Amino acid sequence: MEIRKSAVAGTLESSDAAVTVEPKAAGAGPSLELVVECSDARFAGKVRATALAALAELGVTSARVVIRDRSALDCAIRARVLAACLRAAEQEGSPASAAPWGGRK
Amino acid sequence: MIAKLRRSMLFVPGNNPALVKDPHIYGPDSLIFDLEDSVAPTEKDAARLLVFCALKAIDYGRVEKVVRVNGMDTTWIGDDVAAMVAAGVDVIRLPKTERAEDIRALVGLIEAAEKASGRSAGEVRIMAALESPLAVLNAYEIAVASPRLVGIALSAEDFVTSMKTTRSPEGVELFEARGRIVMAARAAGIMAIDTVFTDLSDDEGLLREARLIKQMGFDGKSVINPSQIPLVHGVFAPTPEEIRKSRRIVAAAAEAEARGLGVMALDGKMIDKPIVERAARVLDLARASGMKIEEVEA
Amino acid sequence: MSRTTLGRDIPESAGDLGRLAPFMGAWARAEGVSAPRKLLSAGRPSKVLENVDEAVRRSGLESGMTVSFHHHFREGDYVVNLVMDAIARAGIRDLTLAPSSLSSIHAPLVEHCRSGVIRRICSSGLRGKLADGISHGLLDEPVLIHSHGGRARAFREGTLRPDVAFLGAPSCDPYGNARGWAGKSACGSLGYARVDARYARTVVVLTDGLEDYPALPASIGQELVDWVVPIDAVGDPKGIGVGATRISRDPRELLIARNTLAAIDAAGVLHDGFSFQTGTGGASLAVIRYLRELMIARGIKASFCLGGVTSQVAHMLEEGLVGAVLDVQSFDADTARSLASNRRHIEIDANTYADPGCPGAAVNLLDVVVLSALEVDTDFNVNVITGSDGVIRGASGGHSDTAAGSALSIVVAPLVRARTASVVDRVETIVTPGESVDILVTDRGTAVNPRRKDLKAALAAAGVELRDIQELRELARSITGDPDPVQYGDRVVGLVEYRDGTIIDAIREVR
Repeated sequence: MEIRKSAVAGTLESSDAAVTVEPKAAGAGPSLELVVECSDARFAGKVRATALAALAELGVTSARVVIRDRSALDCAIRARVLAACLRAAEQEGSPASAAPWGGRK
Repeated sequence: MIAKLRRSMLFVPGNNPALVKDPHIYGPDSLIFDLEDSVAPTEKDAARLLVFCALKAIDYGRVEKVVRVNGMDTTWIGDDVAAMVAAGVDVIRLPKTERAEDIRALVGLIEAAEKASGRSAGEVRIMAALESPLAVLNAYEIAVASPRLVGIALSAEDFVTSMKTTRSPEGVELFEARGRIVMAARAAGIMAIDTVFTDLSDDEGLLREARLIKQMGFDGKSVINPSQIPLVHGVFAPTPEEIRKSRRIVAAAAEAEARGLGVMALDGKMIDKPIVERAARVLDLARASGMKIEEVEA
Repeated sequence: MSRTTLGRDIPESAGDLGRLAPFMGAWARAEGVSAPRKLLSAGRPSKVLENVDEAVRRSGLESGMTVSFHHHFREGDYVVNLVMDAIARAGIRDLTLAPSSLSSIHAPLVEHCRSGVIRRICSSGLRGKLADGISHGLLDEPVLIHSHGGRARAFREGTLRPDVAFLGAPSCDPYGNARGWAGKSACGSLGYARVDARYARTVVVLTDGLEDYPALPASIGQELVDWVVPIDAVGDPKGIGVGATRISRDPRELLIARNTLAAIDAAGVLHDGFSFQTGTGGASLAVIRYLRELMIARGIKASFCLGGVTSQVAHMLEEGLVGAVLDVQSFDADTARSLASNRRHIEIDANTYADPGCPGAAVNLLDVVVLSALEVDTDFNVNVITGSDGVIRGASGGHSDTAAGSALSIVVAPLVRARTASVVDRVETIVTPGESVDILVTDRGTAVNPRRKDLKAALAAAGVELRDIQELRELARSITGDPDPVQYGDRVVGLVEYRDGTIIDAIREVR
């Protein structure tokens, strides 16, 4: 999935996470940049892992992703990352099969 | 035969992770994850994804999982249905249902989604929310529009506005609508669910309304806060007298069956199948209310 | 023979009396008369000082000594910061600070720690920036965390003795009679302060409500007080506690409270004349609401309620549902008013409340106590002092005292707070040992300590659904996942003292 613009999903309310996804400028550094800031630092590892899995789910290989986590559970992290990516990938007439329930898997 | 209880159906705003993660602990009979009125238009996609991920990841126990999708006339409903069916929803609640056609269109979406996600055909059920005078007038045709329908519900806020009146504590402005909905539901053999009571500081008002609609024949009520659940369940709990009678009826029916008799008499009245079913339902309700049936003398 | 100044001859010695001192004038020997406190010189003594700086000077406080305060003004306290600033100005250093507890309003103490005014702290609780600082190594010496009963024991034994106690009082007369139930900053009971007044070498009362003599009856009597300092405000009434404490409306806390009441009822504790105490956390306090309903429905009255008292309890006293209230700390203005006006609302000091060596400790008479927790582990050990990130943020308080003393001890907590499990394999810090905890009630289930087979049977018989604590632990883990462990350094920054003076756990520096 190609990230075409900057997009945000989620909030900074407790149990939520604010996820920003934007295109990664070509050049030095990994094509997938993930920055995680957690109100409870002990879960930073878990949040990273969940976010990477969600990105892989959509086939996002190039992006800058910033997550400001406020103790969200894994399913909320996944949902917010997916939402931000889909918003960031949006263009006229983008196919619905991009969605995680596309059913083609 | 234990019919599903829907005494309380708790609305859960679909874009709120804190509320979505464990609403079942408050013991409602059903959860209604909402993608419609509690979600801003710019957040429909995010809410859909959150409820999708939550339904897949979280164990909500024995509580029925209902999702109120967006209306049939919106651009969101296609994705809503596809996502929720794939996520494992039990019931899809269609808001602003006006006519049988709306149900048929929804069934089409559900069928396609069941196929795409590998669920058995017919697995996903439907509830219809009636929110306008036309919808209420069409209650029966809606109620029989599909075998997937498990219930029809009154949604009063929009209804009352269309009726050019306001809500009152006595509810006279809803009397006809409630009556029609219950009748249509009974005629179609499905459930009738009443509208939400929004004043969280008025327990007496909630109890009054719940007692009224129970007496009218409603099976349950939508609620917007966990604190309303024990109050509503209390209203729907059978009285000791009802339990006593029901135990006798169920016992008599069991005896009749054991003796190979078709019907039996109790206290000079014939006990046929509908009466036995109703008695069994009372005992189910009693058990669900946490009452100890054995402690009620037969 | 020697001669008095009035011309009388008296023997120089007499048997067991030894050498006799002749009379030299009505006030000649005042300074030499032995007394626990320095007696003032001739004339009608005035204990009233101009300001806090003078009080620090006249108190005899020197570097290296121990200074104490009470925490009856809670988050609204001005006294500690006011006095410590004056002490710093006087150039006094290396003090042991021994307040009954500290809250986040005491953040300015961080600077006094850095500059060496404070060398060591003994307190029941620490919060906010000071607690955070200490967790990250602000002080060289570990803080000593004691329970309310343990502090009283330490004062009585002499293992902790304030040289000077600076005690704020909303109402005090010029001779030192001080009480907490009157004045614009009324805080109710001065139960903890009474222990300081009794055992400190010098007692200074700071008041924003100087009354005419005699301000009697008093919590702290004139015979215990050396100096009185009028100040503008001892605290902020909003932080001290206005009106009535509100009962939670949070559905989760109410659910826990209902589950708790079911457990209490099933345990068979609710008979006429029972006694109880609850903490002030959301769910613990909400238990009172359901308890009251049940008591009214069954016509049961409690013989007494102990605490940590809130307006709900004061109201029950008024209603006649409770025979007496034993109050060591009043949490709101309604409670302070009740203490002032109701004969059956009685102030008790920390010794009488919870001192493990006191033959009349009230906690020993409790039938049931409901306490909150930050963490509970599968051995039922409880942590109320550090967060699950290892940082100090709470108080030992009366937790271990009441848990030990009460016949039935119930700890309540939501199974998970956001993504933090309350039920864990091993608590970060033990404050109350599992053997003192009988039941854990959460929003996802109730677990009985395996030591209490009798309770388990009683609850099961009453139809209360029970879970193994292991099940609750696994459920919590399935929701939150396993976090990375806390990164501790080697240095011990805190010692948790159990009520008997032994050390039950050590708190390490957080990296």
